[in-house]
Amino acid sequence: MASAFRPSPVMVTLKYAAILGYVAFALFPLYWLVKIALTPDALIFSDGTALWPSALTFDNFRKVIFQSDFMGYFTNSVIVSLSTAAATTLIAAAAGYAFSRFRFRGKGIVIALMLLTQMFPLLMIIAPIYKIVSSLGMLNSLTSLIVVYTAFNIPFATFLMQSFFDGIPKDLEEAAMIDGCTRPQALRLVILPLTLPGLAATLGFVFTAAWSELLFALMLISKNDAMTFPVGLLTFVSKFSVDWGQMMAAGVLALVPSCLFFFFIQRYLVQGLTSGAVKG
Amino acid sequence: MSQPTTIANASGMPRTRFGRAYFRYAVEPWLYLSPAVLLICFVMLIPLFIGVSYSVQSINLLRPFDTGYIGLENFAELGDDKRFWTAMVNTFWWTFGSVTLQFLLGLGLAMLLTRPFHGKRIVQALVFLPWAVPTFLIALTWAWLLNPIIGPLPHWWAAMGILGEPYNILSNPETAMWGPIMANVWYGVPFFAITLLAALQSIPGELYEAAEIDGATPWQCFTKITLPFLGPMIAITVMLRAIWVANFADLIYVMTGGGPANSTQILSTYIFTTAFRKLDFGYASAIAVALLAVLFVYAALLLVIRAKLVKT
Repeated sequence: MASAFRPSPVMVTLKYAAILGYVAFALFPLYWLVKIALTPDALIFSDGTALWPSALTFDNFRKVIFQSDFMGYFTNSVIVSLSTAAATTLIAAAAGYAFSRFRFRGKGIVIALMLLTQMFPLLMIIAPIYKIVSSLGMLNSLTSLIVVYTAFNIPFATFLMQSFFDGIPKDLEEAAMIDGCTRPQALRLVILPLTLPGLAATLGFVFTAAWSELLFALMLISKNDAMTFPVGLLTFVSKFSVDWGQMMAAGVLALVPSCLFFFFIQRYLVQGLTSGAVKG
Repeated sequence: MSQPTTIANASGMPRTRFGRAYFRYAVEPWLYLSPAVLLICFVMLIPLFIGVSYSVQSINLLRPFDTGYIGLENFAELGDDKRFWTAMVNTFWWTFGSVTLQFLLGLGLAMLLTRPFHGKRIVQALVFLPWAVPTFLIALTWAWLLNPIIGPLPHWWAAMGILGEPYNILSNPETAMWGPIMANVWYGVPFFAITLLAALQSIPGELYEAAEIDGATPWQCFTKITLPFLGPMIAITVMLRAIWVANFADLIYVMTGGGPANSTQILSTYIFTTAFRKLDFGYASAIAVALLAVLFVYAALLLVIRAKLVKT
């Protein structure tokens, strides 16, 4: 790049200024969330818009974790998100495998139906789902949330898994089957190890999707001990809307699982993007 | 993979082999597919049909004895419902504002990230982070940032002269929509940046080298190489993303609940509040069917535009 064309120092400065601007824009809201969560209650108003708190405290976190219902909400959300992720990944892996390896009658219809589910506004089915769940006596149960979330995430997860299977040469398992493996053996010994990154990515995507779902959880859950984290946090916000420090401490807790997943996945994301890059 | 029919029809095939081939090609895929298909049918497709049928019924959980078929009454009511038409207009502004800003900022970010620079890996990780934040938390965080009691934004804007005094823009019907749009832009820029970055990297580097040798300015490179290459792909991404944004209710519901005075009510939040707060499932479903119709018209337009783009 430098050989043919050397950009002027002004352009370089502008470029780094723009990059810095983007980083600040991306991080500032999260920084503010953490800052207020760490500011002692007495200083919240006197500190005002100061960028750095004049004192730090973990009181808000202590109260949220030990003296509120948030740990219960957190546990509920972990149960729902983990079960949804596991069930979806298993079911979607099977379906994605069928799409990737077989040609069969009705395949086009199934794919069309799956695409249809991605097109219509999900809120269209919030009333019917409520009616069905309540007639089954399953309101306020985490199981109903898990079933609903699993169904919602299957189409996307199936297409994701299909693309991972498409990347594995068919010859591999056919060779194993010619050598006397049954298909389940071939799957377990040959395909599974190669699909592990794909499975992990799908698990992560579905987990974060289930972790942040709000509207269906609001509709289906009204009892305090079955609330997921988003529902619990919103209830807390509408009830104790002056407890700024604690609200934001709870918000920071909600951020933790998503960020863990993000830092795990973003390496692959960036690698995937840069591996095909042409050096400018 | 060989055709199932050729194996099955091959003469002299023993019955057991035929049975096995039949299993392998006709039954086995359905074995793997059935859990997914069953769940999607029972949790999504059947409720979708039930939902459409609700739109011609009176179903309000607060008035349980008033239930039954009422024909197009819900839709007639929609015609006279001022909130509905406000929500329709707001849906347009919400979608247009969010997607335009997301796209422009996302394109800028992608252009910055295509070229190598010091600390690129860490910058990439940081600027993509908003994409992973749960949406309810994005909504709360931005609502707090905009709150003059606890957030800095109103004070900064007042100091810059954008606002006369530091007040909460979410409580003013004139400005309230900007709050959720800002939150949505923050959330959506990484999506566009990731998509556009992948597309930018598919443009052959030789084109830029040749242009530079011929003395083209960076601006000429952008308008003569980058835009023509990315054009069709940009159009499709933007238009598909618009459908998603139009349906996206979480941010507005948490930040303003559609208020003040319905100034931020879009169709999807109106569906949710009608179903959740008023428990009027019939009317909520009628709004949902109307939204579906709007999206359908939009999708049809999109297909026409796409056909034109591909031709040229």
